[in-house]
Amino acid sequence: MSASGVPRHWRSLRERYRLLGTYCENCKTSFFPPRKICPKCRRRGRTREVEFSGRGRVFSYTVIHVGSKTFEKYAPYIIGLVELQEGPRVLSQIVDCRPEEVYIGMEVEACFRKLFEQEDGGIISYGFKFRPVDNSWVEHYAKLLSDRKAKTAQT
Amino acid sequence: MKREVAIVAVGATRFGEHWSKGLKDLAWEAGVQAVEEAGISGRDIQYIVFGNMSGGMFEGQEHVGALVAEFLGLNPVPATRVEAACASGGVAFFQGYLAVASGMYDLVAVGGVEKMTDVEPGRATEILSAAMDYEWEAYFGSTFPGVYALMATRYMHEYGLKPETLAKVAVKNHYHGSMNPLAHFRNKMTVEDVLSSPVVAHPLRRNDCCPVSDGAACVILAPLDEAHKYTDTPIIVKAVAQASDTLSLLERRDICTLDATVNAAEKAFAMAKLTRSEIDLAEVHDCFTIAEILALEDLGFCAKGEAFRLYEEGETYVGGWLPVNTDGGLKAGGHAVGATGVKQIVEIVKQLRGEAENGRQVDGAEVGLAHNVGGSGATAVVTILSRR
Amino acid sequence: MRVGIVGYGAYVPRLRIKIEEIARVWGHDANSYREGLGIEEKSVPSLDEDTATIAVEAARNAMRRAWEVKSNEVGALFVGSESHPYAVKPTAATVAEALGLTPSLTAADTEFACKAATTAIQACLGMVKAGYIRYGVSIGADTAQGAPGDALEYTAAAGGAAYVIGAGDGVIAEVEETYSYTQDVPDFWRRDGSSYPRHAGRFTGEPAYFEHVINCTRILMEKMGTAPKDYDYVVFHQPNSKFPLKAARELGFEEKKLQPGLLVSRLGNTYSGSSLLGLAAVLDVASPGERILLTSYGSGAGSDSFSIMVTEAVDSKRMLAPPVMYYLDKREYIDYSTYARFRRLFKEG
Repeated sequence: MSASGVPRHWRSLRERYRLLGTYCENCKTSFFPPRKICPKCRRRGRTREVEFSGRGRVFSYTVIHVGSKTFEKYAPYIIGLVELQEGPRVLSQIVDCRPEEVYIGMEVEACFRKLFEQEDGGIISYGFKFRPVDNSWVEHYAKLLSDRKAKTAQT
Repeated sequence: MKREVAIVAVGATRFGEHWSKGLKDLAWEAGVQAVEEAGISGRDIQYIVFGNMSGGMFEGQEHVGALVAEFLGLNPVPATRVEAACASGGVAFFQGYLAVASGMYDLVAVGGVEKMTDVEPGRATEILSAAMDYEWEAYFGSTFPGVYALMATRYMHEYGLKPETLAKVAVKNHYHGSMNPLAHFRNKMTVEDVLSSPVVAHPLRRNDCCPVSDGAACVILAPLDEAHKYTDTPIIVKAVAQASDTLSLLERRDICTLDATVNAAEKAFAMAKLTRSEIDLAEVHDCFTIAEILALEDLGFCAKGEAFRLYEEGETYVGGWLPVNTDGGLKAGGHAVGATGVKQIVEIVKQLRGEAENGRQVDGAEVGLAHNVGGSGATAVVTILSRR
Repeated sequence: MRVGIVGYGAYVPRLRIKIEEIARVWGHDANSYREGLGIEEKSVPSLDEDTATIAVEAARNAMRRAWEVKSNEVGALFVGSESHPYAVKPTAATVAEALGLTPSLTAADTEFACKAATTAIQACLGMVKAGYIRYGVSIGADTAQGAPGDALEYTAAAGGAAYVIGAGDGVIAEVEETYSYTQDVPDFWRRDGSSYPRHAGRFTGEPAYFEHVINCTRILMEKMGTAPKDYDYVVFHQPNSKFPLKAARELGFEEKKLQPGLLVSRLGNTYSGSSLLGLAAVLDVASPGERILLTSYGSGAGSDSFSIMVTEAVDSKRMLAPPVMYYLDKREYIDYSTYARFRRLFKEG
């Protein structure tokens, strides 16, 4: 039994999984979504695929309470317009935080999440979403090494 | 060679939930009104062009041009259906204008029709998402209100706009709509009614959002120097201009400005050789309350960030400095997507003729502006009409 | 040439539910579950998380640590789980694509209850040693389900850990030896079409978990000529706190060697991720020259044991991704109704 729209889901799958865009060597600008030619340089441009770091800041956001049919069961959820470090803006959901915690300028990083499931046993679609950046774990290793130094100093 | 064009007749259904009327019934109703007002036979019409966003997704019916021409008994007249999401009506009007201005046709019917209530609300929301970027906006969970909510959040961050001001936009439009028998909603509303309605996409609440409506509207165009054959009160089309911008917000230059509106407005005012202060009333595209705020700024009636003053001071009510959406706009008047652009023109025509109901008629209105937007601003059409 | 772990990574979803909350809803005595199972709370995946998303996050962390590995050098990728998102469509393909490793690699999903991923590690070790691949990746991840009101509901949790296997100077933990012990024992199973697994009660202890974990570990040490005193850490599969503590005692391992890798009381049983998350927690703190013994257990039944020696390369690499403790500490508690909604306990209309 065939499911609908499968080729369309597949066509931008790589870009959704890895946050891929286009980079023009000529004007040194990054673009998202991916493009066939550089919109600035047009034929003079030299473009290649680029994988964005996933780091960025929230440029704007909203909380969707009334979703379309596909997303109804996930509501309420946060939608963010994120300005990536490399320049382009992308739109996706902001996860792992409460609506009250989001603010314009908040640092976020990309993560891999489920976007939706087609009903009636259709396919599952995955892609990038964003979560708040939290670098608190870096201290763990500094503490580990200093604890070890202290221990060996004792012996 | 370009000749001047006039609107010689108008017709419109009420916008609302019309369970017993389908697409063609609505088109028929608006079309017949216009044709009778012009005192012509349907058979005199040489070209039909009208807006419809998605007969296909709402009704499974494409080729809507053919559907309407047949049902109106007008075969073999050419009938063209135009689509530009919520700007379908405005774009259809532009096409109809071109058909007469170019000298190609002498009597053109421009219409708009949408039938939205046959599907359940969740599905309607999904269909309307087709007005945004499906692949990179809707696919990730944004809805159409969500996109305007992103604009509102950023605008509030940059310009300090308060939710109460947005509420005042809806309150005014309901006040005007309460006096308009064709409006979807006739109830008045208070700021509290808006601020206590459930959140749809923060900060936009249900009463910040226009409804889903069924409806149709129609205007008949003729060259100005033949208009007297059909009416004593021809309304001259001083300008029509259309512009495009990015489909999605991702690459918008400034998400708090609809560059397409700015561009179309510049072209329209230049074409009409008029200034903003000469406009007596405006029908702007208030699909969401924030859209009306942005519209007044982008059309050039005030500086960016300053529109809130007009609402604090009540200057956009009938009797104010610039009456806006005297028929209730999209919020109270209703938004039958493909028909809205034409409905706006119908309202301007009625106002310029002095035919609006008591209480919402703008005294001595001579020049009016209509502003129709598609999606989150990817298409904009600005039309300026004048009594002389 | 040393062969072993070149990079490792962990991921645990943020949400937690306390056993008191589960007990409250079912009218159970929370303390008896706390003491009987040695568990406080368990992890719960968000609505938009599943085994594939957890596997990708864990694997991305592993690749951050295995920084020298280029995408086109990974020749194999396996995802071991009991809760693959599709019954038929490989999670491994999605994960490989998300990591940018496609198209030149072999990939497959593995199943053997909770030891699906340790078996895949053995496969990677074999392929690397044979020279068929330069690097291989094995990920153990699950979003486990327990029937509402059943004892398993208190422990069935979500999480995953990923291991990049290779050879040479980049190895941070050498796998000196591996041994497996497999028999047909029906202690815990799920029939195709059933929503929840079934288990054989107390039978899951001695003839199942202990028979395999203890014998597999003992025989590995015999083959290597090692004893518990030769190991600084021991990590067992952790369906609850009691079983690994008992196994350690019976084998003669001191409890302090088990503790760093014993996460279940704060995490729950992450099934295919269980022993591998325990190993990751140990790798987060172990010093070069220390030795780890790891024994997984999969119902049905079998165990895989590994003798692992930490190298000097560990310090410079492990700081490149978050430690397991970061994921255990970063948490938000939910109530049972939210849990039920997220676990889809209500049938969708």
